Amino acid sequence: MRATRRIIGLGLILAMAAGSASAGSDKPAGQQKPSAKDKQSAKEKTSASAKDDLFFDEAFYHAYQGQFFEAIQRLDTELEQYHRLDEPGLDTLHRNIGEAEFSVGDFELDYRMHYKAGRAIKRVLEGAVDEAVRNEAAFRLARIHFQKDQLDDALQALGRIQGTVPAKIKNDVEFLRANIYMATDKPNDAIEVLNHLQNDPSLSGFVAYNLGIAQLQAGKQQEAVEQLNKAGQLSANDPAGLAIRDKANLVLGSILFESGNFERSKQSLDRVRLDGPFSNEALLRAGWADTSSKQFDRALVPWNILADREPTDVAVQEALLAVPHTYADLKLYGRAALTYGRALETYSGQIEKVDASINSIKEGRFLKALIREESREDQTWVIRLRGLPGAPETYYLMALMASHDFQTALHNYLDLEDLRSKLTGYQTSLEAFDDIIRLRKQNYEPLLPEIDAKFRELDSRMRVRLQQRKEFDDRLHAMLTAPRPDYLATTDERAASERIALIEKKLGNSDSPEALALRQRLARLRGVLTWRVETEYPKRLTAAFDHLNELNTQVDALNQQHEAFVRTRQAATHSYVGYDAQIAQLRKRVGSALKNVDLLMARQGEMIENVAINQLEARRDRLVAQQIQARFGVADSYDRASRAQSGGGGR
Amino acid sequence: MKKTHLSILSALVLALSCVALSASQAAPVQGDKNAERKDTKKTEQKAATPDQRQMRDLDEQVQQTKSDVLSIAAELNQLEEKLLYPSGTQVAVFVALAKGDELRLDAVRLQIDGQLVAHYIYSAKELEALRKGGVQRIYVGNVTTGDHKLNVLVDGKLKSGGDFNRTDHFTFRKEVKPKLVELTVAGPDAGSTPITLGEL
Repeated sequence: MRATRRIIGLGLILAMAAGSASAGSDKPAGQQKPSAKDKQSAKEKTSASAKDDLFFDEAFYHAYQGQFFEAIQRLDTELEQYHRLDEPGLDTLHRNIGEAEFSVGDFELDYRMHYKAGRAIKRVLEGAVDEAVRNEAAFRLARIHFQKDQLDDALQALGRIQGTVPAKIKNDVEFLRANIYMATDKPNDAIEVLNHLQNDPSLSGFVAYNLGIAQLQAGKQQEAVEQLNKAGQLSANDPAGLAIRDKANLVLGSILFESGNFERSKQSLDRVRLDGPFSNEALLRAGWADTSSKQFDRALVPWNILADREPTDVAVQEALLAVPHTYADLKLYGRAALTYGRALETYSGQIEKVDASINSIKEGRFLKALIREESREDQTWVIRLRGLPGAPETYYLMALMASHDFQTALHNYLDLEDLRSKLTGYQTSLEAFDDIIRLRKQNYEPLLPEIDAKFRELDSRMRVRLQQRKEFDDRLHAMLTAPRPDYLATTDERAASERIALIEKKLGNSDSPEALALRQRLARLRGVLTWRVETEYPKRLTAAFDHLNELNTQVDALNQQHEAFVRTRQAATHSYVGYDAQIAQLRKRVGSALKNVDLLMARQGEMIENVAINQLEARRDRLVAQQIQARFGVADSYDRASRAQSGGGGR
Repeated sequence: MKKTHLSILSALVLALSCVALSASQAAPVQGDKNAERKDTKKTEQKAATPDQRQMRDLDEQVQQTKSDVLSIAAELNQLEEKLLYPSGTQVAVFVALAKGDELRLDAVRLQIDGQLVAHYIYSAKELEALRKGGVQRIYVGNVTTGDHKLNVLVDGKLKSGGDFNRTDHFTFRKEVKPKLVELTVAGPDAGSTPITLGEL
């Protein structure tokens, strides 16, 4: 029974792994895989009709590289701007807004900001959104609760899913439901759900495996064995699929081993890949299966392979002791003594390494090694750290990574280190901004008064001309309804008219024949003038409008120049005025955040060191116990070898 | 990709260790988060250890700090934009890969009005991000209002292994609002124009 519980425990861990691997291979990172899958399908769906918002896609550019801080920052800024718009419907983000709201939550989860992510998704859930979006939000919220071990809340969130469920998450919802059932000891409910998911190719390996585990949890041992057997033979190409298949075989092998079916257990364990992450454990168990069925010579095959592997691995350390023990069982005492000797040597070496690791950690070198920039350049950094020359603090890092507490503490520590580095950069930026502002002030302040004075003069002249132009315009438009030909008389015509009037005035009231003749001539001349002005009025009015329109082009150019100048003038002032308070406040916030980060790093670092030391001390105790066994084994083997030799029966 | 692999690796390492511990006969079952979760659930209010409480407390504080720094970063970003790239003169150039294109983009060079303003060499991770649909903001700078010449030089490798070099010349018009220019690069296999320009 204890063994069954243990195996169930082992199996449940895959629920999380399955959740994370369920979305295919093209995801940004972390446990929250569906985000990128959703994004991918969204892009496929929409790219034919319209373009995405560029900043939205830029956020994904960062997310796909695991730069979640930058991705959140980019998308948060976009969302904030979008929500401030008067007409958000016209913004390019509008068509991606639902996805953007979700994505920012996903990025926050990937950046291990569960609290904020949960709040963001709750906002979507409580907003006025359509059924499909609400259901997706409920699913994501449930997933967050599941990850935070809030299983009742997770089920409650899933209970909010009603009506249309987007096809892309339909099976993911059910898979999550099954995982929650398994984690809340409802294996029969989980089995029912998982049975319906078996046809989903993207989940096949995980569904098959979890179904087996759920059956085991429900006490259906035989069904579980058959199901895990099936899961252990599914075809897989991707690393996650291959790993889950190995895992199924390992768990099946363990169940069969515990139930005494050693031959079948061996068959299952033999299916685990030799280069996979479960191979050490499978080799160890395969050896135990052979020894349990008294096939000692066969047990030596997997154990000898294992004994040559990385000696910091716990399975390898166990194999080192199992190999000589088996030789002794085969009565090969000389061989046993030699391999016990090798084990003894390895244990001594490993105890020294553990001691060196503990001492190095106590001296604070472990934390420094973890944050080395070059250490984290690629995905194998954890493995490579172990091989760093002169860095004993990192020998057992892989073993430490097995602890969930250690992983959480380590992730947080690395995140804090990144934040510290960013904040230090911000301080430099603020200093640079101060410099820019100071230099701009030095440059502009002596120039601006003179420029402003000239501008004011030009501005007033311009306004006078514009006023005149407006008056012309008004007058001409008035003349369309109330014709005033005199307004359009030429200068010569006006002069002629004035001369006629002057002569008429000079003539006075004289009745002399000369005066009468002159008046007649003046009347003819005035008639000619009036005729010309009146008859040419439409033509002249058209010409006047043409001239006014020509003036409009000039006025528009003038206005544009004026506006450009005003903008440039404002930009000059805005380039150095009004930043002091903001920069001072930012500097204060950065300083305070930096202090906070330093404090948290110290606390987190201490926790990492404590967890590491505790784990390593436990490992040391184990190694010491193995060392004692090996020591005893060496002596015993020599004794037996001597006795056998003297008796003539041993080798 | 790095993160993906790392997280898968971490999950597997975690799983492996649990198996290792369980199978090692002498060691108790421990370190299995989900198993712990189940037990916690079963015993309902089973008290967390002081270490776990401290861990949760720290985790919460780390999350709050991340939130604070993100808020600082956003404000600083806006300040930087206002100071260095005011909207009246701001121009931003984005690079995207045509959907499904298998071109291995090595480098992009940009010249605005004859001046080299950006020369970017892509890492495998960045190329992967572009292939998945991400868009890179390759350049942000300032230009005056009016028409400007943009020369784009692209270097890469085709799926067949052959070299791919293209140069294209475009003109864009800068107005009072910020100018966004999107360049979409496609290899000859895509059957579309090698470099297309989109303006916003």
